[in-house]
Amino acid sequence: MLEHDVLVIGAGLAGMRAAIAAQTGGANTAIISKVHPVRSHSNAAQGGINAALTDRGDEWEEHAYDTVKGSDYLADQDAIEVMCKSAGQALIDMEHMGVTFNRDDEGRLGTRAFGGQRRARTFFVGDFTGQALLHVMFEQLVKSGIRSYEEWFVTSLIEEDGQVCGVMALEIRTGKMHAIRAKALIFCTGGLGRAFEPSTNALIVTGDGISLAYNAGARLMDMEMVQYHPTTLAGSGVLISEAARGEGAYLLDKNGERFMEAYAPNMMELASRDVVSRSEQTEINNGNGENGCMFLDCRHLGEALIMEKLSQIREIGIDLAGVDMIKEPIPIRPGMHYMMGGIKTDVDGLTNVPGIYAAGECACVSVHGGNRLGANSLLDTIVFGQRAGDHAAAATRSKEFVNFDGSAAVKKEEGRIQQILDRPQNDDRVANIRLGMGQTLNNNLAVYRNQTGMEDTLRSLGGLRERYAHVPVDNKGAVFNTDLIFSLELGFMLDCAETITVSALDRKDSRGAQARTDYPDRDDENWMKHIVTNKGEEGPEISYLPVSITQWTPEVRSY
Amino acid sequence: MDVTLNIRRFDPGVPQPESYWQSFDVSIEDNGTVLDALIKIREDTDGTLSLRCSCRSSICGSCAVRINGHAGLACKLQASAVMGDDNVITVEPAGVMPVVKDLVVDFEPFWEKIRAVKPYLQPQGLEPESEYIASNESMLHLSSVTACIMCGACVSDCTVLEVDPTFLGPAALAKAYRFTADPRDGDTDGVSKERLQDLTQATGMWDCTRCTECVTACPKGVAPMDRIMALRDQAIAAGLTNSNGARHAEVFGELVGHSGRLDELKLPVKTVGMFNIPAMLGFLPVGIRALIHGKMPSPIHKNIEGVEGFRRLYKKAEEAGEE
Repeated sequence: MLEHDVLVIGAGLAGMRAAIAAQTGGANTAIISKVHPVRSHSNAAQGGINAALTDRGDEWEEHAYDTVKGSDYLADQDAIEVMCKSAGQALIDMEHMGVTFNRDDEGRLGTRAFGGQRRARTFFVGDFTGQALLHVMFEQLVKSGIRSYEEWFVTSLIEEDGQVCGVMALEIRTGKMHAIRAKALIFCTGGLGRAFEPSTNALIVTGDGISLAYNAGARLMDMEMVQYHPTTLAGSGVLISEAARGEGAYLLDKNGERFMEAYAPNMMELASRDVVSRSEQTEINNGNGENGCMFLDCRHLGEALIMEKLSQIREIGIDLAGVDMIKEPIPIRPGMHYMMGGIKTDVDGLTNVPGIYAAGECACVSVHGGNRLGANSLLDTIVFGQRAGDHAAAATRSKEFVNFDGSAAVKKEEGRIQQILDRPQNDDRVANIRLGMGQTLNNNLAVYRNQTGMEDTLRSLGGLRERYAHVPVDNKGAVFNTDLIFSLELGFMLDCAETITVSALDRKDSRGAQARTDYPDRDDENWMKHIVTNKGEEGPEISYLPVSITQWTPEVRSY
Repeated sequence: MDVTLNIRRFDPGVPQPESYWQSFDVSIEDNGTVLDALIKIREDTDGTLSLRCSCRSSICGSCAVRINGHAGLACKLQASAVMGDDNVITVEPAGVMPVVKDLVVDFEPFWEKIRAVKPYLQPQGLEPESEYIASNESMLHLSSVTACIMCGACVSDCTVLEVDPTFLGPAALAKAYRFTADPRDGDTDGVSKERLQDLTQATGMWDCTRCTECVTACPKGVAPMDRIMALRDQAIAAGLTNSNGARHAEVFGELVGHSGRLDELKLPVKTVGMFNIPAMLGFLPVGIRALIHGKMPSPIHKNIEGVEGFRRLYKKAEEAGEE
């Protein structure tokens, strides 16, 4: 049987960073991913990575305060302190590995302004920082020689005597099922964006790890906190980077007027994302948009700056909307982008389930609370990926493998998959169920929410789940059966959708990304706490955790 | 908008599998991409259609296929821009790499070549405490190469790889250039001589025939062929002239510079060296075939008319090049 001390699931930035750390820590490490590492969704981060460099006169406390305020005081301040203190070294490490960061006139790392921060501390590579970092991390993975199971899909976890001790994985290329034994699993599987329609997220972002961990007993936290990004492209809904506004772009209404002054007089377009998205949505609802969109205007930035720093999003605008941002404002709207919540971990990636770690978007440390600042997600992946890898390597040193019957496990899982393939044909399709889920979430769990809408979504999800139990799969073959994988992914997403909705219904205040029209104010007395969900007999069960406050007392939030 | 996709399919799961064409009529948004159409088929009509795709915005590199015979990203090309008058678009798997199923090809040979160029920064000097100091121009130049998303479109349409699978190919060589051109890689002057040495070997930088297909195919403007040419310049500048490729370039210039046109008989002889018997014997079959087909260049090579003037021009160009 395949066997590793540490098995990292997911090979984006967090996953590869975790694997490299675990290997460096002396653990026999492997990484498994349903796509090749460089296809991972870390690619899609465009704008940059935040760090307060002291030799530039910045202080980590400043970065931390901006992050706390950005989170609408829901993030855990001890975790934020860890992240912001580590940021400088994490950034320099990436530069030493070979990232081609843009420079200033003196040849040092250059910065750009980003939303919700009082100082420019976002380091960047044009407008494809995530891709630049991901490919460099992949280079380091190649250099490390770590065993990499590429295009292997984890279908379930193996538990023996109540202990998680490995995974079942489908080798997509052949259709062969494998059992992999491991002392520790580190989930770095990213977010769950495809549960929403539309979303900026790639098609592979389907909440796999969140659901697998949840079903194994892991607690999820802050699941109601779903970020809607202020600038997603009309139509396809793909991302147009905050870097545009960081470089000075304006948001305009249908009459060509800037409108942010009424909402964020100081920071204007660079207020935090939840604030800007709400402002846009309010304007759209008031009839000041055009075809459900507002406009992002980059024309005054000039062709030279756009070509040097925003060339990728310009291409996206031309390719997908037929609009050249050098010449015209580009139609944008708030769109589902990021999951602040996820598998509850501590600062070392540990969850409540022994042997399960998590890092990156699938985890909730919580450093983002109610709203993540732009360019804090790349930082999150690297800092907490590394910490999880370090901890898992040390923890598995004195741990024995749990024995289980590998071939029986394979047989059982093959049987389960066969049952799905053998379902009788009906009129339903996986894609239709996903679309139904995506639309109801996007209707009722978007920028503005209310009780009736969310209850409606919860009912719909119940119906979708019943359909899901019977939905057939067209492809019965073994080789590269993506049809089967979509079906399994849909199950993961339905779990996520349910916990999101239940958590959002429970929270009876407006904070960060959750803006309830029926509870429009932040209520610190009753709701400055984390909502935790774990899997109970009849669906998600709710409990609460206090917010860690170290040095920043909650204040009224304005930008 | 209605569009017809003519898709080249392959199912390895049937007895005696063979590829075949299947056509699908599909309705998409007016500005929909080829990928939108493929996804629509997969979701609504035929779930057995296999393809890789993920980001929908030209950054993950998953969906390179051949569209109307040329490699490109399905998510980058609007269907309306590539369909013919009959609204038909042909979609085939990427070339060069073996087909696994339908539009999915085996990327392992691709990654093997990426690994072969030691694709990670190898600085020789001491690591600075903070960042390396480097000019913005040097980083912007590198970023235009690191913009490569490893989609394999260049490899798919590379005319050398089509006949010689051992060639490192445009993606791996562009990746290599990303390091040789990095001021942080190699010795303290930023010269990566060992890398260049490796890349001058057979199957490396000198095997490109400059057909420019990779430049056309690349969806990210990386222009792999230009990077390969830059590698050649770097190799010669580093004194790595002892390879057939470098000598070919040198002799080519020498011959043209002397007589005003290429002496096609002398070029191969002087490139490999008159006394390199095995290589000379290797030319025999080509020579005989040329003779049979009346393509053998004349043994008497004359200077062009007014060669003196040409030589002066040539010398000036050479001097300008050195400056």
